[in-house]
Amino acid sequence: MGSLLQVVFDALALGSLYALAALGIALIFGVMRLVNFAHGDVIAFCVFALLWPSTDAVAVVFAGNLPWFLLIPLVLAVGAALSVLSELVVFRRFRRANPATMMIASFALGFVIRYFLLMLYSSRPKSISLLPALSQPIEIFGARIPLLQLITILVTIAVLFGLTAFLRRTRFGLEMRAAAENFTMARMLGVRANRVIMGAFALSGALAGAIALILGSQTGTANITMGANVMLMAFIATVIGGMGSLAGAVIAGFLLGSIATVMQVILPPDARAFRDAFVYGAVILVLIFRPQGLLSARGAKERV
Amino acid sequence: MSELVADRISVAFAGLKALSEVDLKVASGQIVGLMGPNGAGKTTLVNVLTGFQPPTAGAVLLDGAPLSGPKPHLLRRRGIARTFQGGRLFRDLLVIDNLEVTGIGLGQSRSAAIAEARAMLDWVGIAHLANRIAGTLPYTDERRVAIGRALMGRPAFILLDEPAAGMSGQEAADLSALIRRIAREMGCGVLLIEHNVGLVLDLCDHIVVLDSGAVIETGDPAFIRASEKVRHAYMGTAADTHMPVLEVGQ
Repeated sequence: MGSLLQVVFDALALGSLYALAALGIALIFGVMRLVNFAHGDVIAFCVFALLWPSTDAVAVVFAGNLPWFLLIPLVLAVGAALSVLSELVVFRRFRRANPATMMIASFALGFVIRYFLLMLYSSRPKSISLLPALSQPIEIFGARIPLLQLITILVTIAVLFGLTAFLRRTRFGLEMRAAAENFTMARMLGVRANRVIMGAFALSGALAGAIALILGSQTGTANITMGANVMLMAFIATVIGGMGSLAGAVIAGFLLGSIATVMQVILPPDARAFRDAFVYGAVILVLIFRPQGLLSARGAKERV
Repeated sequence: MSELVADRISVAFAGLKALSEVDLKVASGQIVGLMGPNGAGKTTLVNVLTGFQPPTAGAVLLDGAPLSGPKPHLLRRRGIARTFQGGRLFRDLLVIDNLEVTGIGLGQSRSAAIAEARAMLDWVGIAHLANRIAGTLPYTDERRVAIGRALMGRPAFILLDEPAAGMSGQEAADLSALIRRIAREMGCGVLLIEHNVGLVLDLCDHIVVLDSGAVIETGDPAFIRASEKVRHAYMGTAADTHMPVLEVGQ
């Protein structure tokens, strides 16, 4: 019982991480048809923003020592700011470009951010102690669950409800849903396109900040490539979920997290090192049977 | 009393003339029909009038003043609204949201936009569909939503691009009653592009016929019905037959 519960929590926590990241990608894809591969590097940037620039192995923390109620908003704001900045400086110039061009630009931007971090902090992973109180385990029905895992799951659920309410109930949310489905039409009707796109980038960046906090506390290290793996999984989740479908991205994120966790448990020990191969195998199967994604994407439905 | 005028509009795409020196006039409360075979330039003209397509030559005049270069949403705010072929609603949004977001785009407050959206759905006769997802509607209803959306903010002019396409006789008749109310009750000037010639002849006060980008005939429905040139445009050279297209939907 205890170990089963452990697996469930592991799956939900990993799935939460993927779901939050996938949501950040799907939000921007929705309004701009841009797959933002720089998202992973924004995640890394958020963690490094807490450290004083130095190439030493020991991290010199400055903002990282703030109390949590200042630290969390700061990291979210850093993510949002960097993301909005990338829109203003880079992506705004690609509004009319085709999706492939925008994707390449986002790759390039990601590497610019990564090498900027490399320059300031070197490529050595640094050990940090981010929100150390969260690493203690708590006991639920005989399973020892890290507090961080529980908080990750709860935060993700709260974010999902909050975002849903925001999109459904607010004026800005309505404009964003309209723009996500048909940007040109929304613009023709007078929806303020720039504000909507900047809002999507800000939300996406804040989500990257949330992931940075979770990853940083979980691993206890800051590494310039720390966003890459999450980004890849999140991208896969948005594809499986149906590009641009927010609900699809979230469901697929949880699905991937569950598959990875379950593989870790049921694979024979010798094969566990190849877990990801099995996960990607499952991805291929999903795409063979539902090439359009689990939920068909917004705006992709055309009456024949 | 307001007047929207196309003054000697020409549009060329890469040397190909889509429109040449087209004149057209719509006044408040008037229904003007725009007819012509496929590729005659009807939608191009609507695109010019609504700011989607800058003319190569000529001008669009609103109440005598030239409108040069404003973006579609600015023209929309100045009272020139349109619908699109096939409706083009936000299919994932509720019907009411489709209208509400338009009101917001026009600069209304959220509560004002909701209030007008409700009133408008009621006016076009689909108040009961307010909370349906737009993409699930049958397309006769979808067209009504599109028209309701275009009427948000009470535009002075509405340009309808093939609103009756694919409709049965009864559906087209209902639509035609709605269009008449838009002109008579709202005092809106209507420009109607429609392939259903019967509907155009029945509904319009004035008709302009385009062929290959040029106006070949203009006049009242009786005149157009009798026109030899119009018959040629639709029938090629087989002018000895009557106009079968005129019977569509009658």
